[in-house]
Amino acid sequence: MPRDSLIISENDIDTGLDFAGEKDEDLFLQEEHKSKRHRIKRRDDDRQKRKRGNERRKAGTRAGDGEEVLWGVAEKRERSKRKRQKNKQETSRREKNEEEEVQVTSGKAAKARKNIKNEKTRRMEKKEVEENIEKGKKKYGSAKIGEVKEDGGKQLEKAQEVKKKKHKKVETSSELETSEEDDDEEEDTEKDEVRPECLSPEELEKLKEAVDERKKLIQGLRGKPWSMKKKLVTLRESQEFVEKYEGALGKGKGRKLYAYKVMMTKKWMKFQRDFENFKTACIPWEMKIKEIESHFGSSVASYFIFLRWMYGINMILFCLTFGLVMVPEALMGRPYGSIPRKTVPRAEEASAMDFAVLWDFGGYAQYSVLFYGFYNNQRTIGWLKFRMPLSYFLVGVGTVAYSYMVVIRTMARNANESGVGDDNSFNFSWKMFTSWDYLIGNAETADNKFASITTSFKEAILEEQESHKDDNIHLTRFLRVLANFLVLCCLAGSGYLIYFVVRRSQKFALDGLENHTWWERNEVNMVMSLLGMFCPMLFDVISTLENYHPRVALQWQLGRIFALFLGNLYTFIIALMDEINLKRKEENTVKFNITMWEASLYNGTVSENSTAPPITIQPADVPRGPCWETMVGQEFVRLIISDTMTTYITLLIGDFLRAVLVRFLNYCWCWDLEAGFPSYSEFDVSGNVLGLIFNQGMIWMGSFYAPCLPALNVIRLHVSMYLQCWAVMCCNVPQERVFKASGSNNFYMAMLLVILFLSTLPAIYTIVSIPPSFDCGPFSGKNRMFDVIHETLESDFPAWFSKVFSYASNPGLVLPFILLMVLAIYYLQSTSKSYREANVELKKKLQMQNEENKKKNKQAALKAQMDLEARQTAQAAEQQRNNNASLQDQEEIVDSSYFGPDIHGSSQRPYQEKHGRIPPPPVGSQGHQMPATRDPGSRTNNHGNHRPSGYLPGFTQQSEPRLSRVPSLQRN
Amino acid sequence: MGTTASQLSKESLSEYQELTFLTKQEILLAHKRFTELLNKSEKGDPNVRIPMNKINSLPELKSNPFKDRICCVFSTSEHKDGSLTFEDFLDLLSAFSDSATLEIKSHYAFRIFDFDDDGTLDRSDLEKLVNCLTGETEETKLSPDEMRQLISNILEESDIDKDGTVNLSEFQHVISRSPDFVSSFKIVL
Repeated sequence: MPRDSLIISENDIDTGLDFAGEKDEDLFLQEEHKSKRHRIKRRDDDRQKRKRGNERRKAGTRAGDGEEVLWGVAEKRERSKRKRQKNKQETSRREKNEEEEVQVTSGKAAKARKNIKNEKTRRMEKKEVEENIEKGKKKYGSAKIGEVKEDGGKQLEKAQEVKKKKHKKVETSSELETSEEDDDEEEDTEKDEVRPECLSPEELEKLKEAVDERKKLIQGLRGKPWSMKKKLVTLRESQEFVEKYEGALGKGKGRKLYAYKVMMTKKWMKFQRDFENFKTACIPWEMKIKEIESHFGSSVASYFIFLRWMYGINMILFCLTFGLVMVPEALMGRPYGSIPRKTVPRAEEASAMDFAVLWDFGGYAQYSVLFYGFYNNQRTIGWLKFRMPLSYFLVGVGTVAYSYMVVIRTMARNANESGVGDDNSFNFSWKMFTSWDYLIGNAETADNKFASITTSFKEAILEEQESHKDDNIHLTRFLRVLANFLVLCCLAGSGYLIYFVVRRSQKFALDGLENHTWWERNEVNMVMSLLGMFCPMLFDVISTLENYHPRVALQWQLGRIFALFLGNLYTFIIALMDEINLKRKEENTVKFNITMWEASLYNGTVSENSTAPPITIQPADVPRGPCWETMVGQEFVRLIISDTMTTYITLLIGDFLRAVLVRFLNYCWCWDLEAGFPSYSEFDVSGNVLGLIFNQGMIWMGSFYAPCLPALNVIRLHVSMYLQCWAVMCCNVPQERVFKASGSNNFYMAMLLVILFLSTLPAIYTIVSIPPSFDCGPFSGKNRMFDVIHETLESDFPAWFSKVFSYASNPGLVLPFILLMVLAIYYLQSTSKSYREANVELKKKLQMQNEENKKKNKQAALKAQMDLEARQTAQAAEQQRNNNASLQDQEEIVDSSYFGPDIHGSSQRPYQEKHGRIPPPPVGSQGHQMPATRDPGSRTNNHGNHRPSGYLPGFTQQSEPRLSRVPSLQRN
Repeated sequence: MGTTASQLSKESLSEYQELTFLTKQEILLAHKRFTELLNKSEKGDPNVRIPMNKINSLPELKSNPFKDRICCVFSTSEHKDGSLTFEDFLDLLSAFSDSATLEIKSHYAFRIFDFDDDGTLDRSDLEKLVNCLTGETEETKLSPDEMRQLISNILEESDIDKDGTVNLSEFQHVISRSPDFVSSFKIVL
């Protein structure tokens, strides 16, 4: 567009010049001859026509003269001369035209380039100072482009000039520039501010948009990779802008409201930020974990983060049980000693305060809010009418439900985060770009990391090389099967051992524990912990057979230890079940005895006094049942305590003592202890995580019967946080095989979920299928524990509600509902599968498209190049031909004059022919517009109309722009 | 650090909070750590630069193989000497902070890995990168054969347009799928 306008204007100037310079045309002609100016076209035509006219007139006036011939000759000569000139001029003009066009295009290109550059620099500047306040970044660019497109060359130039000016200013001082820009804006918007009522809705909209844009910019500023200075400047300006024009947005009535809204959002933002700060300040042990992170890398830290997460969950469980069960009972329930279940029996009273008994959670501890048996079956307690049994039941269910929810939610989030990362297409690149753990701040860890990265590189290279040749597959398979077989043997052996020991201990228990040695009494616990200690080592040895990748090997190892622990736990639970059955048998006999006792008591009292019981029986003297629930709770509490103790003691001996010995004996030892055999211990992440998970499983299992368990666990976790942090920092060395934390996160979570499920199974079994003890606990006297729900429904809710509930809970409705849920799960699963497939498909498509695009681009580039070359060769050939054809030119001239009789008349032909031959035109220098072959029609056309004559006859007209483009390309 | 001159003003503190991914405590801690590196005479000057070797003596950066590159990337000094002002230092910590986005992390990671600052990761950049990752000692270094294999594998994976180099968008494409880039590209004071 701008080119056209430029050309036209130039032509206009030329014609103007033509008229002006008409008088001294000869001079002009000569000049034209020499300089071959390109502007001569119309001027030449006009001149020639006029001249011709003059000559004709002259000829007419002097027709009678004898000199006619002479005149004619002269005229002819002149004409032929002119003709030649014309030809020459034509060619030169054509050339010039082309050249001009080229120049124009190239100039335009240059301008465009400059423009772009300007734009670019401007944008850079803009980025730097972000001065385009009105329109935001993108909008600005597009708006500018649109403007350019609309307004064409002049405006563009103007805009450029303006920009240049601004540039200069920018160069001089950015601040000045920005202030100037600010001024501009002010000018822009002052208009608006002066007459806000006159603001058109569009302008208002624009302003609003701009303000919003600014706000967005402010928000997104932190995510921009600029230096702080730029960000600061931008922030300040944007804020200023927003503040300045936000007020202008609201009109009339809305203005105040708007300002208020703006103020509130500002306050809200500030509050949010403060709250965020507060929240991060509230995360406990952040600094400790960061310290460990920097020393040992993210994998060891992941254990502590897991520990903290566990702590959080336990804290909530503790709050539930403490706030809704323990505290109400302690405050509002009947006090200690009021009823038999809340009193220490007479037989135990003497030793109830002994430390050994308390440590075993007997004596006073057993008859307190800590255990199930203490709670009364009163429906409501205290002035609040707190429904204790219901609350107890609901809290028990709620803890399990909450734990499920949290674990599954965390798993889902982890899966979301790492879900994309399971394709293997960027194996090497990830190793390269993401393997360094920037948190490592310890030289030793860094060395280990270097080594592990190197091995991982080497392994990856080796794998890549070996993936093509897998000759050893049979041996590996065989070894793996063998290893699994051995591990299964180990598990079976340990299972049998525990079973055997448990049976033996039952025999001992029947005999009475006092007759046996310490070992025989503690056989089960000792065997379990010994198995737990040595089996993992055995597994480790076996796993060397398998030749897995370290990470896979670690997971196998974890799985096996998991199986072992689980076996142990379940053996323990089975033993507990046996004991429960024993207790229930005992309970039956006790029940019978009690009725006997009551009867005897009744009989004894009735004989003396019939009105009131004169002998008030102390609650401590009342015979009572064994209360299996409290027994289960006690067992779990003891287990937790012993487990905690073992953990701490192994920590102290295995880590601390070892470290101390190695450190100080090293001065007087015959080999280097630090580098040699014992050395320092490593922090065993997986083992610790497994321990934590099993501990949690026991909490989940036991907390229904011992409400104190979450509290105990909170204390335990709290202590182990500090103890383990200290132990890690003071006596452990970084691991040699450093793993990424994220890889195994969900693995641990999955184990936790399995444990949660497995630990709720026995708890639910006992709740649902075993009737509660008759004389202790909140559910005493009921057939089953969950009857409390029925009771509440019947007595506390309106009749219709219980009716509805009973309808809803009958199997006819529940079964379809379960079916529906199964169907929904199936449906969701299949849709997610199809989504995954679609994802894979899309990925493929994307890749294909990428490749295709690449190919296309390549082809296009190739084609363009070929075209270019073809054009060049064609041009060269053309030129060659022209050169060859220069000899034929004279004939051609004759031809042309022969085929153009309408202008010159037939009578002039001989002369022309004659004179045409005399000065042969210097064709070679004039380029290529005279091909050897052409049709006469085109030739005549060339005479009549000058423009098309610029085209090479060999090419079609359309090729002209390409022609003009080719040189510009070359120039570029 | 207790002097009044080294205290951050309230406005600049809130501005820094706005402009970085850091919390108030982290900024204050960063300021404390930064001023600890300064001499007595330099403490009042807000635009003072800390030379690269001093920054690199921070325990958080000491054993990082990319410490020089990190300083160079975040430095706004004209002499390209990797010296940092406090604001540069905040930029650094912000990019390496917990809550920084993947985009900004990958952007800076790319600039850190681009050893010759030419905007693409070519073979020599990758080679330097591998050497940084495997350490300088002889036993951990890769042999030239392994190096060649490794680099060609990497280029095969990530060089999507097959121009022999990895550019920013390709790099970000690769990084965005990585499960543990965001968790490991972190530096905390």
